[in-house]
Amino acid sequence: MTAAFSPSERLDRPAWIGRVWPWLFLGALLVFFEVWSRLRVDRSFLWNVYNVQAILLAASAPLLLAIGQTFVIIAAGIDLSVGFVMGLAAVTVAQVAVAGGEAAWVLPAAVVITLLVCLIPGWINGVLIARLGVPAFIGTLGMYGVARGAGFLAAGSGMTVSVPHEGLAWLGTGWTPIALTGALLAVMHLVLSTTRFGQYTYAIGGNLQSAVRAGIDVKRHLTAIYLVSAGFAGIGGILYAARYGAGAANAGEPLLLDSIAAVVIGGASLFGGTGTLIGTLIGALIISVIHFGLIFIDVDAFWQFIAVGVVIILSVLIDQYKERLGAGA
Amino acid sequence: MNPSGSTDPILEVKSVSIRFGGVDALKDVSLALARGEVLGLVGDNGAGKSTLIKIISGVYRPHQGEVWFEARRLAPRDPQEVRAHGIETIYQDLALADNLDVGSNIFLGREPIVRRFGWPAIDRGRMRRVAREVLERIDIAIPERKLDRPVQMLSGGQRQAIAIGRAIYWNARLLIMDEPTAALGVPEQRKVMELIRSLKRAGVSIILISHNLHDIFAASDRIAVLRRGEKAGERRTAETDGEEIVHLMVGDEYKQRA
Repeated sequence: MTAAFSPSERLDRPAWIGRVWPWLFLGALLVFFEVWSRLRVDRSFLWNVYNVQAILLAASAPLLLAIGQTFVIIAAGIDLSVGFVMGLAAVTVAQVAVAGGEAAWVLPAAVVITLLVCLIPGWINGVLIARLGVPAFIGTLGMYGVARGAGFLAAGSGMTVSVPHEGLAWLGTGWTPIALTGALLAVMHLVLSTTRFGQYTYAIGGNLQSAVRAGIDVKRHLTAIYLVSAGFAGIGGILYAARYGAGAANAGEPLLLDSIAAVVIGGASLFGGTGTLIGTLIGALIISVIHFGLIFIDVDAFWQFIAVGVVIILSVLIDQYKERLGAGA
Repeated sequence: MNPSGSTDPILEVKSVSIRFGGVDALKDVSLALARGEVLGLVGDNGAGKSTLIKIISGVYRPHQGEVWFEARRLAPRDPQEVRAHGIETIYQDLALADNLDVGSNIFLGREPIVRRFGWPAIDRGRMRRVAREVLERIDIAIPERKLDRPVQMLSGGQRQAIAIGRAIYWNARLLIMDEPTAALGVPEQRKVMELIRSLKRAGVSIILISHNLHDIFAASDRIAVLRRGEKAGERRTAETDGEEIVHLMVGDEYKQRA
């Protein structure tokens, strides 16, 4: 005899909308700019190494922050400090480069020291949120201010510190930062989708109490997630300093919201428990294509903000629609 | 059938007392449970049912008395240790991760790992296989395509079954179920009661807590009644009726009014 539970099976139809729509939207954007470009300037938009490189480069900076942010948001948190942690990192790189001049050790030293520096705010975020029970929004907002001040203090009198260094320049220009970001994304995608670390990230975001009862060391895991987030902010800062030959304390300021936007557009729920890094990649590309594409078709720059804002709102509306239909009573 | 006292008890609660801020939450409560026996635990709100199961499951430590399981004294540091001994508690909220699939829930916190090119990947194939096996073992049908969907897509009874299946898979010999049917519709309540009976046949001991005396009478071999932190009585289910149990639950107040 088999007990068949027949009644009250909930609808799972709308789930695919959330998964598919970022792809459709990215595709539609690319088609639109391609057609516009062919008609108006008789050139291809996409079949153009310069354009592709520019879009990918512009996507890589928010994407790096968004990689860590994806883990945080899936675990039902938020990390508002990533922008200024990135700035602190950029200044740290610049200071190491100033101290070391043109020596070859500057590159590895800058990377190691900067990542160590960034682990401090990440660790404090983790302790505040996981062990002391501070809401993620407040804890990381505090760290937003702390990292901001620390960044400006570390930069000394001026806002930026210049870095003339060959190795750093190699790291920050051309295809290097794009390839590096892609490689990191691939590794973290595997971590998120195939390992216990990833599985526990979803479990914590889905139901914290269940994760605790299942014996998962939730405090340790959450702390690790905020360390990962700060670490990627650090990598973002390193690439920024390498690319521009300067470190600015506010280097990452505009990227904070882009990083959250990329995660949300990519289909993660701000309620936690869902999201993928592939989605985040698509989200970052959508933002980058909007920015670059609107400049390309010569629309006033301020329209970019409006366009990205509208996309964010749409994403959240779709997310809520999913919640209501997919999981609602 | 495995009536009480015929074999060595699998669980013995010996004269357990616990106080919270000067109030006696439990006073000198003793219980015994045989292998494959279903004990109904009843009592009014605040009678101490939850406190008692939290002591057995290692959440609280009694101020006096001892808990013995499979002839070993339990003195756990945390609930994990009790689970490792084979006592699983299923609370009303089921402790499922609603956003994960059936297999992930069965293995939550204990995922099997395979090395793929040295990379420690979760063995999702095995988790899926086990999920199907476990559901077959407890006679629950869940459509194949739903095995890979988040368990929030499933009905209350199916989710209950997954929580039970998880406990059984990890070799629970004693299952403590807190109001397993409270959140379910009537047809699903019946399925869960069927499930309890088939677990019993498989030799699992069960402590069943329910406000629904009908469920208690339908599934239990014995009924223990708590009142204001003390054991008001214990009866073989076959030798008592609802009126006597209710009387034990509410005490003399009932008698005076009757």
